[in-house]
Amino acid sequence: MTTSALEAWFMREVWPLEATLMQYLRQNWRDASAAEDLLHDVYVRVYEAARERLPEHPKAFVFTTARNLLISRVRHSNVVPIEVVADFEAMGLAAETPNPEQTIAARDELRRLQEAIDRLPPQCRKVVMMRRIDGLSRAEIALRLGLSEHTVASYLKNGMNALADRLYGGAQGMES
Amino acid sequence: MSAENLPDPPAARAIKDRAADWLERADRSGWSAEDETQLEQWLSESPAHRMAYWRVKSAWDRAQRLHVLRAPAGDAAKEERVPRFPPIFARTAAVLALLAAAGTATLSFTSGPHETSYATGVGGREVVALSDGSKIELNTNTSLRVRLSKHERSIILERGEAFFQVKHDASRPFTVLAGNRRVTDIGTKFFVRRYERRFEVALVEGSARLDAPDGTLAHPVVLSPGDVVKEKGRSFVIERKPETTLVNELGWRRGVIVFTHATLAEAAAEFNRYNTAKIRIADPKAARLTIGGTFEADNVDAFAHLVRNLLGVKVERHGDETVISE
Repeated sequence: MTTSALEAWFMREVWPLEATLMQYLRQNWRDASAAEDLLHDVYVRVYEAARERLPEHPKAFVFTTARNLLISRVRHSNVVPIEVVADFEAMGLAAETPNPEQTIAARDELRRLQEAIDRLPPQCRKVVMMRRIDGLSRAEIALRLGLSEHTVASYLKNGMNALADRLYGGAQGMES
Repeated sequence: MSAENLPDPPAARAIKDRAADWLERADRSGWSAEDETQLEQWLSESPAHRMAYWRVKSAWDRAQRLHVLRAPAGDAAKEERVPRFPPIFARTAAVLALLAAAGTATLSFTSGPHETSYATGVGGREVVALSDGSKIELNTNTSLRVRLSKHERSIILERGEAFFQVKHDASRPFTVLAGNRRVTDIGTKFFVRRYERRFEVALVEGSARLDAPDGTLAHPVVLSPGDVVKEKGRSFVIERKPETTLVNELGWRRGVIVFTHATLAEAAAEFNRYNTAKIRIADPKAARLTIGGTFEADNVDAFAHLVRNLLGVKVERHGDETVISE
């Protein structure tokens, strides 16, 4: 398994699960504000396993990993979650049916991308569009908008982060 | 898995910030091999770094698909349904399309002095950024050659369809040659198509001139936005199309095909441009049924499914071929 193949696998199988996964973590952990950290932890665990061998059923694997993480967190801390284990069957996760998230993600991707961009703060949005859609350089963007290149770079950076959060759906509540 | 024994990870948000920092740097033009090494080192420091970087990078990569869908800033609410060309495009200028005779496919690169070839297979799509700041987008099954010199920029479209966003430079004319037809930009963005015995040009914005280097056109034609020239054999037609129609014809730039009152025969032909698994309409009655809508260019199954449910036709699979009949 090459690194780039693994990266592609994450893009295809894992990132589209983010919204559902985030929801699961929030529902099953008392401190909802920790969800983003938990989410990240799940990714790390999935990565470490997938690096050895790609799971046959990505979605079931990701959610099992999430559940195991929550359980281990409970054991290693004094935190008592509202509900330790979610009802997997009820969530339709037991069987790896054709992954609905992915279908939805593929179909709605353009709409979600558009929404993601639309919701950026105006100046940040302009910078992201000029760079990503128009292919202008930082210097050109800076010139057109009367900004320093440094500012352009920082808008881009924020825009990249916001796009990922919005596109993969883990963003609800992440932004202040 | 070892994560159980690790201390709490540094806050995910902080790692995401750093990942975006790296991505922003990697997106600059001056990115060097040394930078790449440093990034690789940061990524190897922790799987958490790698995850954050891959995630933000994948979203940024995906965002490239947006292209044509853009709405002008501050006007998003009004723009919902009808995709149109954003003001960003207006800066460069115009759009135009062409279509003509068949050629042979080459996947060669740099053939001859300062000439570069680009080609896409069936279902392929490619964006080429030229050193002069112009951009070319190749649609499915397309092949073209680019010659850049001090005094001219010349593109030879051998086959297929391409969309051109030209950085205008009066001292260095930008021309597209498709068979014996030539399009010269006058501050223009355009797309060009070339097939069998047909040739088609549509100008979406700006201005361009159409002529024939071999003198087979009596007068050069100056095109205005909305103008569509269609030529097949001896027939030569110029018509004016509304902007939305032209935008629909550029649907391929975002991976979709848009039909308005297309017959099944036309729709099948369009799908067959993008897919090796072909659709065949088995009887003339079915071929005349009409359909409209937006479809993913590479999803023949979804199309077949919808046609069956909507029009009540029979859909069968014979190996790679999808056969539609009454």
